[in-house]
Formats: sequence, structure tokens, C-alpha cells
Amino acid sequence: MSGNLLEVDNLKVRFPTRTGVIEAVRGVSFSLGRERLGIVGESGSGKSQTGRAIMGLTDPRAEVTADRLEFDGIDLLSLPARERRALRGKRVAMILQDPKYSLDPVISIGRQIVETLRTHEKVSKAEARERALDMLAAVQIRDPKRVFDLYPHEVSGGMGQRAMIAMMLIAGPELLIADEPTSALDVTVQLDVLAILDRLVAERGMGLVFISHDLRLVSSFCDRVVVMYAGRVVEQLPASELANAQHPYTQGLLDCMPKIGADRHPLPVLARKAEWAA
Amino acid sequence: MSAPDISEMGWREWLLSERPQSRSQARLGRAYMTWRRFTANQLAVIGLFIILALVFVAIFAGLLAPYSPVVGDLRGARLLPPDWAHWMGTDDQGRDILSRVIYGSRLTLYVIVLVALIAAPIGLIVGTVAGYAGGWTDAILMRITDIFLAFPKLILALAFVAALGPGIENAIIAIAITSWPPYARIARAETLMVRNSDYIKAVEIMGASPGRIIMRHIMPMCISSLIVRVTLDMAGIIIIAAGLGFLGLGAQPPLPEWGAMIASGRRFILDQWWVAAMPGMAILVVSLGFNLLGDGLRDALDPRSSGQ
Amino acid sequence: MTAALLAEKVEVVFDQFRALKGVSVEVHPGESFGLVGESGSGKSTLLRAIAGLAPVASGSITVTGKPLGRRRDKAFYRQVQMVFQDPYGSLHPRQTVDRLLQEPLAVHGIGDSETRIRRALEEVGLSSGFRFRYSHQLSGGQRQRVAIARALILEPSILLLDEPTSALDASVQAEVLNLLEQVRRDRKLTYLMVSHDLAVINHMCERLMVMQNGESVEQLTAADLVSHNVAQDYTRRLLKASEGFVRVG
Repeated sequence: MSGNLLEVDNLKVRFPTRTGVIEAVRGVSFSLGRERLGIVGESGSGKSQTGRAIMGLTDPRAEVTADRLEFDGIDLLSLPARERRALRGKRVAMILQDPKYSLDPVISIGRQIVETLRTHEKVSKAEARERALDMLAAVQIRDPKRVFDLYPHEVSGGMGQRAMIAMMLIAGPELLIADEPTSALDVTVQLDVLAILDRLVAERGMGLVFISHDLRLVSSFCDRVVVMYAGRVVEQLPASELANAQHPYTQGLLDCMPKIGADRHPLPVLARKAEWAA
Repeated sequence: MSAPDISEMGWREWLLSERPQSRSQARLGRAYMTWRRFTANQLAVIGLFIILALVFVAIFAGLLAPYSPVVGDLRGARLLPPDWAHWMGTDDQGRDILSRVIYGSRLTLYVIVLVALIAAPIGLIVGTVAGYAGGWTDAILMRITDIFLAFPKLILALAFVAALGPGIENAIIAIAITSWPPYARIARAETLMVRNSDYIKAVEIMGASPGRIIMRHIMPMCISSLIVRVTLDMAGIIIIAAGLGFLGLGAQPPLPEWGAMIASGRRFILDQWWVAAMPGMAILVVSLGFNLLGDGLRDALDPRSSGQ
Repeated sequence: MTAALLAEKVEVVFDQFRALKGVSVEVHPGESFGLVGESGSGKSTLLRAIAGLAPVASGSITVTGKPLGRRRDKAFYRQVQMVFQDPYGSLHPRQTVDRLLQEPLAVHGIGDSETRIRRALEEVGLSSGFRFRYSHQLSGGQRQRVAIARALILEPSILLLDEPTSALDASVQAEVLNLLEQVRRDRKLTYLMVSHDLAVINHMCERLMVMQNGESVEQLTAADLVSHNVAQDYTRRLLKASEGFVRVG
């Protein structure tokens, strides 16, 4: 399958520690076209480390190996650091969970967006400002001119995450990695932000990797779902087929969540089996 | 689950066990982890070695010193340069400087131990009470602290010694009085960080009294940063003690206090440099030892790194 | 029947900010009552006001017919206990599980700690191997079990639960929710539970109150929620959000 936006084959991330090597990701493979792919797993499943490895944001002490890690035919692992940085933000972008930690607190939101744009494209200041305002409007911020001059602490969580999306999408990336982009937000705000993300991804024909612990959210949002457990992919399936998941872990994960109207006492719990991690 | 025997697993595994079987095993395991973090820092181990050497020398001064520290040979051995008989030379009273430096370690140790025992608890209590109580208590306690902090340490210590009269005990009291305010500040800062945490709230809704919360739940969180700070301050305390001695306000002659020794050597500093330089070297080495130790303790005791 | 817990027109003010604007709630003995809302709705503040951790500006709180004063006495804490949201923050980082469970017994001068601690650990499904561990040696779910054991060791009749599972993975959440239901059945406890997750509240509680901006939006029964028999738009939006993302067009 060539012509894919992203090819990941046998990706491994290892952390050497004093007590031995921790294998966070143990041979993950998947490919991504211009589609929405969800990576689901519980804490410690290696889902976030997979996203970071693709972005090249893994802790420098860790060791990242893969048989293949290609973005649009470019081998990411052999790419010099400078070119990889240039790729990041320009063609590949990432949204993190909490905008509080990923926006610079002492620079206004507008300037951060303008600077992101100007590091990747040669545009005049005035044009950059215009485009930043357009982008803020595109993430449905009602008064872009006012928000442009605000600092990250002056906006709500939902607004901050929209600003973050605006900043990440301003340079027109082809691949977007979103790591729990809405988990820090209130449920009602969550859906607004997801709707914005959904529209932009569709309009711009981007590939999206959506990393989340929330299986139900991912299945309602993505085209395809990769389920991870203990650093491995246990199952890959189209989101619409989730109800027919084969792997007991996927089934268990779906089953153990309380649902409104389903009167199940006690809730079914996940009986973890050692062979899942093998 | 049956408890595995110590002899089967060896001490290391027993200490590092993720499921300790008793209170003491849990405590020892934790101490062992701290020790491992500490020994990973080689400079810190050197610092610890220096301090242990100081303690050793102080304890066995009577056996180690080749001559008397107070009675010298006025006729035949005045101001001799270092040689095989007198490794550090002799002073203007004909006393062996090495012996005086060795006995002086007792005074140094005496000063720092007493200062630490007086100043650290005062600072800890003032800081945690101020931080936990808040409001007026906090305002009053911290303004008192500010008043003490507003004066340079040595000047304030000088004033106290001048009022109390010269002598090593009064010097210790003066240094202790001037060195608790930074500890109070640190303890208060740590207290403010933990007092709104859920684990303190959890003790509050058990109905525990404020005194119990401070003593048993807040103080343990402050102690490690305080130990680090006190250790790092030791060098400064030695120097202030020496400074008071140098000015004639600390230990009185013929006590072999290092600062006083430097003071008496300053008259000959150009021609008989060793009289002032040898005790100076001792101060330098011990101060360095405490600084290295403090740095190592900071890494080893940092509560934020205790998870890994 | 006197209410297990009765809060009337409770106002909480932090530095001019009205976090709670006159909220009333009545919880019957043996009932499990839910408080749902988003951040800033005041749901946790109401819980903390009852526990005595937030300053009550006006209004009254009554526990089994006894009005509470400004200061809670020890008897109150033997009746009402609380489990916090973040299991990583609610256990003292320098104390072993053993020490954590000993503390409430020591505070209230209860002897026989050896058997009580062993029984408490057993009740929350932790083997004795956990007794001398520090909290950093426990997983999130195990920590929350310890927190529940600590709350139960004083044998309270009312448990305040502040988002007890929102920091946990879904599979661990199921285990902890089952445990909470189990101890409630065994000990005939009254629960007042806060969550942002309607499904969790619907699963755990018979009645609930939806809150927004420090005020009550409406009170419902779990059956109302299932049949979407709700009066307020805000509740409807929450319900819709709990069903996941729906693509328009």
C-alpha cells in the first residue's frame, strides 16, 4: 500500500532506566491515508508514545526503532534533526491534551499563531496577521480580533484548545496528531471542539491520528480504530464494526463502561489475560 | 501469600521489594532507595567522606594529635615552618598547628551541631505553623522572620554576641538566632504547597487536630528540603563562627578555634603564612564537604523524584 | 423519616466569588444521590461545604436531623467520610498504606487497629501484601481502593464521593464502581456522589441533581434520565454529549 500518508511498521520505543529497559511501544504497525484513525488504549498502553514517536518528540533518552516510519515517502528516522523540525509544524502537527501546557503563557495567542506561520512560510507581518485572524474565525472563535491579543491564561479551556488547533493548522499540515485533544474539556465543550476539528480535517483533506482513552468517543469520531494494549496493537477495525470486535480486550473495554439505560449491576469487568500482552 | 525468606532473596531484593511485609521493611527499603540515589552522585560521596572524617577526627582528637593544642614550646619551637616534626608548622606560642587544627574540629562540630539543633526546629515550627494557620498568625510570624532577615547575618550575630558577651556558647546562640529565618521561609513555602492538597484535606475530615496535622503530616513533607538547606548552610555557619572567632567574639584563647587561629596568624601572614593558611585550609575543606553533601542530599531526598 | 443529609440554601463565597448560590438538596437514608455538572458548576463545592472544607456563607446543613455548626466535631467525621477525585493526590506520599489506615483510628482513639486494618483492606479487595507499600508503589485503582478503605475504617453512615473514578481507566472505573456498590449494599450506606459523567451517575444513583454555575438546574430520578424525561435544555445537552460525537450531514 504505497501512496499512504503515514506508514508505521514495527515501531518500538524503549526507555532505559536504572532497573532495566521499559518497552513502552513494542512493535506497532499501521498505515494511514487521508482519513481519521483512532488509537485507543488505557494508560500505559503506549498510545501517546506512539504519537510522540511519529512527531519525533520522544524523550531523547529513549530509543526509537522501526522497520519503517515514513511520512509521505520520507523516512522519518534517518531524517536529519533540522529537516525533521522543519517538517514538524509545517506538514505534520500535533495537538496536546491541555492547552495550558502547550501554549506559551507570556506571548499573546495571536502572536504565537503568527510566529508559527512565519517560521514555516515567508509571509509579511500584515498577511500573517490576516491569516491568523481567519484561522481563529475558522475555529469558531466569535471575536477573533479580541482573542488575538489575549494571553493563554485569559481564555477558557475550550477557547484555549481552539486557539491551539488554530495554531497547529495555520501552516496547513497534511497530518495531524491529536493526543487526547478534548479530555481536559467539559463534555459539552468537547463536542464543539470535536466538530471544529472534524470539519477542518474534512475540508483540508488531512490525515488525522486521534489518540484517546475513550473508545466510545473515538468510534463515533474516527473512520478506523487501532486498539492498543501493553505497547502492542491488539486489534484494528473500522469504527462502524466496533460492536463486532473480536479481541476480548476490545470487547471488555466497550462493555465495562456504564451506559444510560443499561441496568447492569455489577458492571462487567475486564479480566486481563497475560497472553494479550505477549 | 507466604512471605519469602530473607535468606532466599538476599538483602538487595528484600530491600527493593515492591511488596514489603512489615513496617520496618518498608522504611528500610525507602531508605535504601534514597541511599542508592545518593551514592549515584560521586561528589556527594566525597562530601560525605569529608564530613565523616571530620567526625572521626573530632572523636579521636586525643589520639590523633601529636602534641598538646594549648601548651607550646615557647623557647625552641616558635613559628617553625612545616616539616616532619610539625606537619603544619608551629605558631607564635610554639604550639603545633596540626594538633590545634585537630582539636579545633571538636569546636567546629560543636558549633554546627548545636546551631542545627536549635535553628532548624525553630524554623520548622515557625514556618509550618505560619503556613498552615494563615491569616493573622501567618502575618505576625512572618513579619518577625522578615525583621531577622533584614539584617546581614554576621552583623546581627555580632550584635547578639556583643550583648551576651564573648564566648563560644554565646556565639552558638547568636548564630542560631540569626539562621532560623530562612528555614522558616522554606518550611512555610513547602507548607503552602501541601496544605491544600487532598491528602491533607483527607486528614482534616478525619477530625485530626491542627497540631497533629502539622506535626505528623506537614512536617515530614518539609523536612527533606530543610535538611538540604541546613547542610548547605553549614559552610556559612562555620565561616560565621570563624568570623566571630577572628573578631575575638567567639571562642576565647587558648581554645583552638579555627577562626581565632587565623586571626592570631594574620600578624605573620607575609612571613609565616602557614599560621593562618592551615586553619584556613581546614575551614575550606569542611565547608566544601558540606556543600557537596548538601547537593547530593538535594537530589537524593527530593520528594518529587521519589516515585522513580 | 429524617433526611440523612439536608442542605438548605447553601451559599459558598470565595473572595467575592459566589461558587454556590443557594443550593438545597435532601438525601434520604440509604439513598445514593448524584450531583452532575461541568467544571465550575459548584458540584464539588457543595460536597466540600458539607464536609467542612469550604466556607459556608449562609444556609444550613443538617445531618440526620442535627444541624451543623461552623466547626465540625469528631462525631460528625465518624458519621460522614469522603473519597477524593485524584487518587494520586489524596494519599500522603510519605506514608505506607498501613500508616494511612492507622491515622483515622489514632485520631479517634479506636483500639484494635490490627484487625480493623486487616478487615478494611480485605473489604476493598486488597491482599495483605499491599499493607506496607507506599502510594507510589500502587496503581491508580489500588490507590482509590486504599482511599475507600480509609473512609470506611471509621464506619461512617454517609459517604461523600467526589468524582471517585474520573481519573481512572475505564476498566478500573468499572471495578471501583462495583466495589462502591458492594460496600453500600453491605453497610447500608448513604452516598452523595459527584461526577461530570451522566452515565456513571445514572449507574450509581437513584436520584440526581444537575448543576450549572453554582445553581441547581433540576432534580431527576435515574428513570427520568433513561426515558429522557427532562425539563431543562442544559440537561438535554448533557445527555446528548454523553452519547458521543454525532457527525452533522
